Amino acid sequence: MLFVLLAPFVIAVLAPMVRQLTGSFTGWVLALLPASLFVYFCQFIEPVGSGEVLRFSTEWIPSAGINLSFYVDGLSLLFALLISGIGTFIVLYAAAYLKRHADLGRFLMFILMFMGSMLGLVLSDNVVTLFVFWELTSITSFLLIGFNHDKAKSRRAAVQALAVTGGGGLALLAGLLLMAHVGGSMELSELLAQGDLFKENPLYLSILILVLAGAFTKSAQAPFHFWLPNAMEAPTPVSAFLHSATMVKAGVYLLARMNPGLGGTEIWQVLLVVFGGATFLIGSFLALRNTDLKLILAQTTVASLGLLVLLIGLGHDKAIQAAMAYLLAHALFKGALFMAAGSVDHGTGTRDVSKLSGLARAMPLTAAASLIAALSMSGLPPFFGFIAKEFAYKASLDGPWTLEVTSVLVIGNALLFAAAFLVGAKPFFGSPGETPKQPKEGSVSLWLGPIVLSVLGLIAGPGNDIADSYFVGPAASAVRGGAMEVDLYLWGGIELPLALSAATIALGALVFAVSSSLRRALNSLFGKVWGPDQGYDQFMDGLMGLARALTGVLQTGSLRRYLLISFGIVAAALIAPTLVLGEALERPIIPPADFYIWGVGVLTVIGGLAIVLARSRLVAILSTGVLGLAVAFVFLLFGAPDLAFTQLMVETLSVVILALVIMRLPVDGKDWRGAPRALRDIPIAATIGVAVTVLLFSITSQPLDLTLSEYFAERSYTEAYGRNIVNVILVDFRALDTFGEIAVVVIAGVAVLGLLAAGSRRTESEAERRP
Amino acid sequence: MNSLILRTATPFLVGLTVLFSIYVLLRGHNEPGGGFIGGLMGASAFATYAIAEGVSATRRALVVPPISIAGFGLFAAGVSGLMSIAFGDAFLTGQWWFPDFNPDLKYISTVVLFDIGVYLVVVGAIVGIICALEEDG
Repeated sequence: MLFVLLAPFVIAVLAPMVRQLTGSFTGWVLALLPASLFVYFCQFIEPVGSGEVLRFSTEWIPSAGINLSFYVDGLSLLFALLISGIGTFIVLYAAAYLKRHADLGRFLMFILMFMGSMLGLVLSDNVVTLFVFWELTSITSFLLIGFNHDKAKSRRAAVQALAVTGGGGLALLAGLLLMAHVGGSMELSELLAQGDLFKENPLYLSILILVLAGAFTKSAQAPFHFWLPNAMEAPTPVSAFLHSATMVKAGVYLLARMNPGLGGTEIWQVLLVVFGGATFLIGSFLALRNTDLKLILAQTTVASLGLLVLLIGLGHDKAIQAAMAYLLAHALFKGALFMAAGSVDHGTGTRDVSKLSGLARAMPLTAAASLIAALSMSGLPPFFGFIAKEFAYKASLDGPWTLEVTSVLVIGNALLFAAAFLVGAKPFFGSPGETPKQPKEGSVSLWLGPIVLSVLGLIAGPGNDIADSYFVGPAASAVRGGAMEVDLYLWGGIELPLALSAATIALGALVFAVSSSLRRALNSLFGKVWGPDQGYDQFMDGLMGLARALTGVLQTGSLRRYLLISFGIVAAALIAPTLVLGEALERPIIPPADFYIWGVGVLTVIGGLAIVLARSRLVAILSTGVLGLAVAFVFLLFGAPDLAFTQLMVETLSVVILALVIMRLPVDGKDWRGAPRALRDIPIAATIGVAVTVLLFSITSQPLDLTLSEYFAERSYTEAYGRNIVNVILVDFRALDTFGEIAVVVIAGVAVLGLLAAGSRRTESEAERRP
Repeated sequence: MNSLILRTATPFLVGLTVLFSIYVLLRGHNEPGGGFIGGLMGASAFATYAIAEGVSATRRALVVPPISIAGFGLFAAGVSGLMSIAFGDAFLTGQWWFPDFNPDLKYISTVVLFDIGVYLVVVGAIVGIICALEEDG
């Protein structure tokens, strides 16, 4: 399983090369990967359908409970099949859509990486693995949305999507770790099998809010819905993939996955139904405000995600069945519609619904695919979308909040009905309109995907026996956390749901008829109203402003100021515990010392005084050397020759380097601070000096813990074959620390060289400009 | 710096210091010394050379750019750590061989390579910084 999940990443890296080698066949060659993944996942349909759950695990960091573990149950299999199946057509479609684009290879690389991340996400069992793949989808979708990186709008949309979903991802990580803490395992399958453990825990509310923050941002629930339409800046294949079965469904997947562990409580129901319902209405209204095919589809995606969240929130068996049926239906019709919309754009040069009409003759296949998908989306029999909608009504009638939820569903579905016809039917009928390009049908890669997906949505209606026993049933059982019989059907007799469907269709037809005046009305009403999208800009501007202001205060470029701030803070940190906590100071115990130790002490004081009184910088630097020499003496006298040796060398070299630095600084002869600065600096220096002295005395008056020293002394020769304990610690016991330190030394060296080079370049260019 | 005494003494001083720094590096496992101290000594030797003979002479004497020496040192330390993985131990676990064919050669170990890496990093980074500072100063 691990190799299967790594394959997309490996092939992705090769994608640009494949394009070089295969030219116009790139799409067909690379589509073999998702296609074979699809076939691979098909082998699980039979066992999973009979209730089996398959597990695969590879150790990653077993000591921390982190493993590359994956499991295949009804829910993950449904997602995996949708991702790899639709992915196959997307790769084909993208290769044809961006045929002449110079960076097609890179684009396909991102698409395949994204597909791999998405597969990993839905199959992960371990919470850390899940999080890693979750973030990978955010990062790869950032690359995809910002693919046209020379456009400012694309860049903004990409950063926005990353900021929103990445921020939610951090909340999710916290939530997942809390779950692991409460449940005592890192494996989702074990966590979710523990029944009401989470719901009874006092941490439940924190866990719930954190997990929902992750799911709602990813699945574009209001008020985070704004990033999804903006992401339409991406090339159409991206939209078709990200917004039909993948990226934005990840949040829905997470909610469905967590349902057995976190779902069913009152707060869960309220939050999901309220946010889902609000998103459903907002999305379906916003859909009718737009004329751009892709934007209409994007807003209906927001709406559909809201509906799915709402159904999962209701949480009873019928609602879960409806959610899974709708998930499948939506993936099929939305994938087809997005690709068809891209083909229309490709063929005519415009995506403006008000300019498009009568394309059926010029683009018969795209028109057929669009129309079939739109009929499924609008919920007409015998399409699969009809079944999904019918079951949603059945679920809403079972309560809770029957009246409110049902009204929301009827209004939202009617608006979606109108939107479906606007996108899927209107461009193709009537008399042909004027378009920038002469409309013509694209190549087979462009229409194959829409046709297959939309026809599947048609077949799944009458063929609902296969759909429920192999796909919807196992998925619903996984969401519920126990086996569930699912029997989907087209004709349930003349009952209330059918009447609601009829009402929806009637209302939807009415909305469609008045859609252009409705659009004008909506735009004049809400055209200039503040929305979360502006809120995002204001937030980002505020953040930048704050950063600028802070930088202006702290990073003035004056070395003196930096030192003042650093030492001021150190002084405060040293005296604060004593002042605030009222900790009594230990009375310093001054150990008896030999006369030569006092001699070294006197040397230290002389060095210190010489620094303070020095009239030129060079003298001051040399005086620090005296101070360091005295310290080296102390080390030597107390039996640490290694340390003394090092101290001596460090002192020598720092005097050399400091002298060299000083020579580069603008030297004004002497360096003498005036009285006001001295008055400010002396208290800070005195505080640090006194506080450190007191601290050292109080530390040394404590009994010394010798456990570690003894441990090293004992094992230094027996285990590491060295008698110099200091060196053995450096290169063997604590070699990783040393490794980190030498890496820092190299990085610091490179940085210094870079800064000096940049500095001298600047002086050169200034010198050139001057004459 | 144009001092006749310094310029005359430098070749001897530098040669002896570098030699001694290598001695300190290699004996470090059992006597006071090691890669860090040795590296500092080596760096001070080249610093003396740079002060006496100038930066370009120092660069010529080193052949390789100092920062590359530092980079190679880090690489060597990393390789010494990775060797233990080939023997199934964790990263940076010291590996020891006690060859019996030559009684003078007591042992070969990855730890020595690690220490040599530390030595090269310290020498390379410090000499690099000193050269850069003195070059444009």
